[in-house]
Amino acid sequence: MDWRPATEDDHVAGVPARFVAAPGSTEEASELLRAAAAHDFAVVVRGGGTKLGWGPPPRRLDLIVDTHRLTGVVEHAAGDLITVLRAGTPLSTLDFGSQQLALDSPLPGATVGGSVAANISGPRRMLYGTARDLLIGITVVRPGGTVAHSGGKVVKNVAGYDLGKLFTGSYGTLGLITECAFRLHPVPPARAVVTRTVPASGLGALLAAVRDEQVVPSAVEVDRPPDGEVTVAVLVEGTAEGVRDRAARLEKVLGGQIGEPPSWWGAYPWQPGGTGLKLTAALSKVPDLVEAAAETGIRGSAGTGVLYAAVGSDQDAPRIVERLRAETVRAGGHTVVLTAPAEVRQAVDMWGPVPGLDLMRRVKDQFDPGHHFAPGRFVGGI
Amino acid sequence: MTSLEELAAGLRTALGSDRVVSDRVELRTYECDGLAHYKVTPGLVVLPRDAGECARTVAACVAAGVPFVARGSGTGLSGGALPHADGVLIVTAKMRDILEVAPADERAVVQPGVINLQVTRAATAHGYYYAPDPSSQQICSIGGNVAENSGGAHCLKYGFTTNHVLGAEIVTPDGDLVELGGRAPDTPGYDLLGAFVGSEGTLGIATRVTVRLTRLPESVRTLLAAFATTDAAGAATSAIIAAGVVPAAVEMMDALAIEAAEAAVACGYPPGAGAVLIVELDGPAAEVAAQFAQVTALCEANGATELRIAADDAERALFWKGRKSAFAAVGRISPDYIVQDGVIPRTALPEVLHRIGEVAGAHGVRVANVFHAGDGNLHPLVLFDAATDGEAERAEEVSGAIIDLCIEYGGSITGEHGVGTDKAKYMPRMFTDDDLETMQLLRCAFDPAGLANPGKIFPTPRLCGEVPRRHSASDAPAPAEIF
Repeated sequence: MDWRPATEDDHVAGVPARFVAAPGSTEEASELLRAAAAHDFAVVVRGGGTKLGWGPPPRRLDLIVDTHRLTGVVEHAAGDLITVLRAGTPLSTLDFGSQQLALDSPLPGATVGGSVAANISGPRRMLYGTARDLLIGITVVRPGGTVAHSGGKVVKNVAGYDLGKLFTGSYGTLGLITECAFRLHPVPPARAVVTRTVPASGLGALLAAVRDEQVVPSAVEVDRPPDGEVTVAVLVEGTAEGVRDRAARLEKVLGGQIGEPPSWWGAYPWQPGGTGLKLTAALSKVPDLVEAAAETGIRGSAGTGVLYAAVGSDQDAPRIVERLRAETVRAGGHTVVLTAPAEVRQAVDMWGPVPGLDLMRRVKDQFDPGHHFAPGRFVGGI
Repeated sequence: MTSLEELAAGLRTALGSDRVVSDRVELRTYECDGLAHYKVTPGLVVLPRDAGECARTVAACVAAGVPFVARGSGTGLSGGALPHADGVLIVTAKMRDILEVAPADERAVVQPGVINLQVTRAATAHGYYYAPDPSSQQICSIGGNVAENSGGAHCLKYGFTTNHVLGAEIVTPDGDLVELGGRAPDTPGYDLLGAFVGSEGTLGIATRVTVRLTRLPESVRTLLAAFATTDAAGAATSAIIAAGVVPAAVEMMDALAIEAAEAAVACGYPPGAGAVLIVELDGPAAEVAAQFAQVTALCEANGATELRIAADDAERALFWKGRKSAFAAVGRISPDYIVQDGVIPRTALPEVLHRIGEVAGAHGVRVANVFHAGDGNLHPLVLFDAATDGEAERAEEVSGAIIDLCIEYGGSITGEHGVGTDKAKYMPRMFTDDDLETMQLLRCAFDPAGLANPGKIFPTPRLCGEVPRRHSASDAPAPAEIF
């Protein structure tokens, strides 16, 4: 087992750890978590460290479990379009040749496990879905060291509860993810992006026109700088002939231009260390939300209703979060403060109101009765 | 009065007597679901008209300590809705309103008793449809689909129920109404909806479901290809997948299944074929045209003896008729049969089919194979005659051996029919005790009293009152030793 006392770099959202341990296998992780439980350690899992500043700080922290030794492709069955990956594997290192794990990550350096645990998604979620849709099996180590699997290595499978979905987006509060099995997709031979910039008031008509066209976009992204106009960028992927035709049709209905993805494509709008929001809305309310977000600007998947905004001013953050939260609630969605500087964290409710909290607490109590895993990092103080 | 009689009296008063069935003859009409060889007459049947009535029924069961089982249309094939003799069967068939079709949101909101195909019918006028299409889609309910995470022929490309359900109001096993998910994606918090879908009625009852509507494809093209052997058809399937094509569906039937379908619905499949493939592509017209040419060439290169391309919707429907009626059709060639549902890695298909053939031969029973070839989901139909001594037992052995093969090849004991009553016994072959115990933590969170559909999925129920294994410092190594 690789372990060491923590250094001053080993903190989670400002809370220092005492130890850092890096298990090299699921078995080692099990042994480690058994010992951690025996010593009543509070644990936070760290992958690439790209989202350690996300969520509220842990209430307490003794041990960081680092997954940098849990790396590699366990299996790539090309004919079956599946792969099994160790959780610490950086997404950027994956290469499946003519196949792909269709999980866009806005964060270079993010690991498989971290991306699943934080439910990261990017532009092409519109066609391929998110981690929850691509994940077909998972191996976890529960607080206390019990190793458990669910799902498997075949895409179609309804045997038993789907714990993969429960762990997706659980922010490390239920245990350590050590392996993930995913379905893969073929890499399409051709792609094209069609863009058009319009005043925010014109967005609704453009989005409706794209929907009507039956060209099956892989992504419909928007970007609006503060007080600026909105750029719509639509990605189509497929055969060379098919993409040519689809892009030409989009060019016509959008009155836009065929070209490369714009520079902002698939990137979060905030600066490192800044305040970043995730805003969700029912599809029909996306234009309203984009209009309402003039002050901060907004970017993201207009094709699915999952957008992001940066808050530039720390002083104004509470007011802005409150206003956008009211807006997204009206739009059938939520506003989550993904990351923020310490002053902003203290001044806002990062997660906001969440339905079903009572059941969520009961789930947490079952999986982590001692509340050792990432205590306080999740919704409702879980 | 027994506790059930008291419960019935209470529910009659609370909901009205037309909601409650306690007549023994009438109760027997609910004794099984689509898996008819498991039969239990329910203690009581309640037919709530809305979420409030459903919640009050569950609350009454909780108060009386009586188990309850949810049932939709009763088409399930794993005995998931098998009633409890001393319990209440809550039938959602009367909750069948489509509450909203919102094409601009690409959503529909429906009650659980709404029939799968009705959602598509309501959405088609707006240019949308509901993608999950189990073969029973003309009669199965959305509530049942949610419970079973139903698939269908087109899930190769479009995914399963779980990928198309965005929100649900559920009655928890405590009798509370709780919202999971919502109209927008990525609701913060644990993805309890993801855990709920496919939980086979053990975590509560969905009373309102928000589903994703999918834009109708611009073009659909369907090909029927005949091959001399299932090996050749399997090779063609592999070639299509290897070429990077993701068809909407790839379905295969072997000679015996073709014979049965022909006898039942005269679908006009090529006579004498050892196997047929139905390959369907959908999407933008230019894309489909390009890929269809590719698929046709690959079928020919892999020895297709005949290729038919559906000229119109009527011909496409005929291609599908043979496939979708296959289960019932084997009734024409065999007095009795078992429908099996297992999954293997798709590439193992030729090998597993041969081994199924060997097992069947050794047991002296016939197996007709129908399957979703694209994703390795097998539906072997084990044919037998219950009137012949010992044949039912032999068929059961073959059926079980097929499941063993699925596990041996790294697949699953069920791809879409669920575990239910029928396959709980196989769960320990696919999962460890720790896996099963961990899954049941979720059940304990939702249903500590174990009243929601008890006895399904898990062969050994976990008592939720059990104190979780405590670890003390004295029986574990010190940090210095472990690190």
